[in-house]
Amino acid sequence: MKILVAVKRVIDYNVQVRVKEDGTGVVTDNVKMSTNPPDDNAIEEAVKIKESGKAKEIVAVTVGEEKAQETVRKALAVGADRGIHIKVDGIIEPLAVSKILQKIVEKEKPDLVFMGKQAIDDDCNQTGQMLSALLNWPQATFASKIEVKENKLEVIREVDEGLETIEVNVPAVVTCDLRLNEPRYASLPNIMKAKKKPIEQINASDLGVDTKQRIEQIKVEEPPKRKAGIKVANVAELVQKLKNEAKVI
Amino acid sequence: MSVLLIAEHNNKEIRPFTLNAITAASQIDSDLHVLVAGNSCLDVAKAVSEVPLVKKVLHVDAAHYENFLPENFAPLTVKISKNYSHIICSANTFGKNLMPRVAALLDTSQVSDIIKVVSSDTFIRPIYAGNAFATVKSNDVKKCVTIRPTSFEPAATSGGSATVEKIDGSEESNISKFIKREEVKSDRPELGTARIVISGGRGMQSGDNFKLITAIADKLNAAIGASRAAVDAGYITNDHQVGQTGKVVVPDLYIAVGISGAIQHLAGMKESKVIVAINKDGEAPIFSVADYGLEADLFEALPQFLEELNKLNTIQK
Ligand SMILES: Cc1cc2nc3c(=O)[nH]c(=O)nc-3n(C[C@H](O)[C@H](O)[C@H](O)COP(=O)(O)OP(=O)(O)OC[C@H]3O[C@@H](n4cnc5c(N)ncnc54)[C@H](O)[C@@H]3O)c2cc1C
Ligand SMILES: Nc1ncnc2c1ncn2[C@@H]1O[C@H](COP(=O)(O)O)[C@@H](O)[C@H]1O
Repeated sequence: MKILVAVKRVIDYNVQVRVKEDGTGVVTDNVKMSTNPPDDNAIEEAVKIKESGKAKEIVAVTVGEEKAQETVRKALAVGADRGIHIKVDGIIEPLAVSKILQKIVEKEKPDLVFMGKQAIDDDCNQTGQMLSALLNWPQATFASKIEVKENKLEVIREVDEGLETIEVNVPAVVTCDLRLNEPRYASLPNIMKAKKKPIEQINASDLGVDTKQRIEQIKVEEPPKRKAGIKVANVAELVQKLKNEAKVI
Repeated sequence: MSVLLIAEHNNKEIRPFTLNAITAASQIDSDLHVLVAGNSCLDVAKAVSEVPLVKKVLHVDAAHYENFLPENFAPLTVKISKNYSHIICSANTFGKNLMPRVAALLDTSQVSDIIKVVSSDTFIRPIYAGNAFATVKSNDVKKCVTIRPTSFEPAATSGGSATVEKIDGSEESNISKFIKREEVKSDRPELGTARIVISGGRGMQSGDNFKLITAIADKLNAAIGASRAAVDAGYITNDHQVGQTGKVVVPDLYIAVGISGAIQHLAGMKESKVIVAINKDGEAPIFSVADYGLEADLFEALPQFLEELNKLNTIQK
């Protein structure tokens, strides 16, 4: 089996994101960037499947500016065999990403595509579902357990009511939840080895995909701030305030 | 043109968030039609027809719609999308799973998780775990929009009399199969709609200790939430998780116990009307959003809290 894993470069989850004063977006200069967290789970799962002998090759792919390559490099350091970087500048919407990934899937012919369930920058939660629609493949979203069977996957999904189990035919797109596994750290020797693994660069414009924005970002602003609260001295005061001041109990 | 809302239900009853999505959809266009697809779900279609904001219900029954697989639902939605300017769904796991599949088939760039309708093409949505609000304008001919349910009031459920039209289904896709759903049943109010939520974090130290929280939830008729750390540690099941990658809640009262207040957790609860934090670390970030902060050991504070509540005899249900 061959597994394609889509990884996105985003502002690190520990960074306190700040809105730009001119309302055009958020501050990204000199801000720590990392792999989108659930994409690490996607890579980890692919590597585990390869280690179990059920997959032969893992290809990591990213869509974005020059520096997005770092994300692919990191995937190579934890076990992907080679990388593809589709170069494109500026905001790129999930629909456009999924069309680009569709082209890559048609070229690479993987059996599975693993991705994160949600990018923590745009919080869209769309790309995997869109890709599977374009490919007319089944989708197994929000996966917290994956079992590889003969030409099928059994996947446990995290849904509002609890857990749902589905079975999808291969080829399939899977989007991963953070609870799917515990991503490993890249060891120093593996980081060195990853430097020698190939990353193919492709310009998005050469793929014949329309990446024009369909959604105009009119403004980005800070959410309303909560007014500062108080500390109470003890439980009795808390209950008294909740009853007589806030009137919520 | 009209707007089409895809109802979430369990073939017997409408799921409550569909009502919040109906309110949002009606703000986009008052000619609101609702698709009720399922297996033997006529009762749901009838119930939806009584929602005054709904103008028409499209009802379809087939065995392959029973478990809401998007591989079957998306082609159905696309098939009937011709006469609609907007396709709408709530942004919970049902809508998140389905809508992008519909949007891609319609070649539309979806607008996810809106918290406000500015006009029929312009919406406000949170990004970066709610640390920024983006106002966005969709330039697609057909728009696909998901609604953050807690940002809209639920629609009234009686007094309407929309027509119920039986429509033809689409073919079964057969590329995916539903196996089972493990639903956690409880008599408590639902996390998403409860008036009071009490949540526990890693500070609870064990699943067993959650009984301290359960006792207070019983007393206050509250729903129980949790941080991701508490779920990951196995103290409580995933359906309780509040936050960026869990559920968003906006109760009148949110009580965070032994939760530090990471931005990913705040993303799911900081719009609550009144926030209480109980934490032994006075510097914990949760205190920056709390209206009432109690710096204390939860193992002392929770039993006292229950005792004080027992002294009051006016708890509202
Ligand atoms: C991509 C991504 C998505 C995420 N999504 C979510 C999400 O949706 N929801 C979520 O919650 N998290 C989410 N997280 C995780 C988040 O970053 C935090 O790790 C998590 O919220 C921490 O949970 P916690 O506050 O329970 O644990 P901790 O941060 O460990 O805090 C425990 C707190 O308990 C207090 N405490 C300990 N003992 C006691 C005691 N005896 N009495 C009183 N107080 C005590 C401590 O002072 C501390 O403040 C996400 C992370 C990532 C990377
Ligand atoms: N620019 C991108 N490059 C590679 N993968 C992406 C990109 N954008 C989104 N993805 C993948 O799609 C998932 C969901 O992203 P989103 O739909 O934006 O929330 C991410 O976790 C990634 O796996």
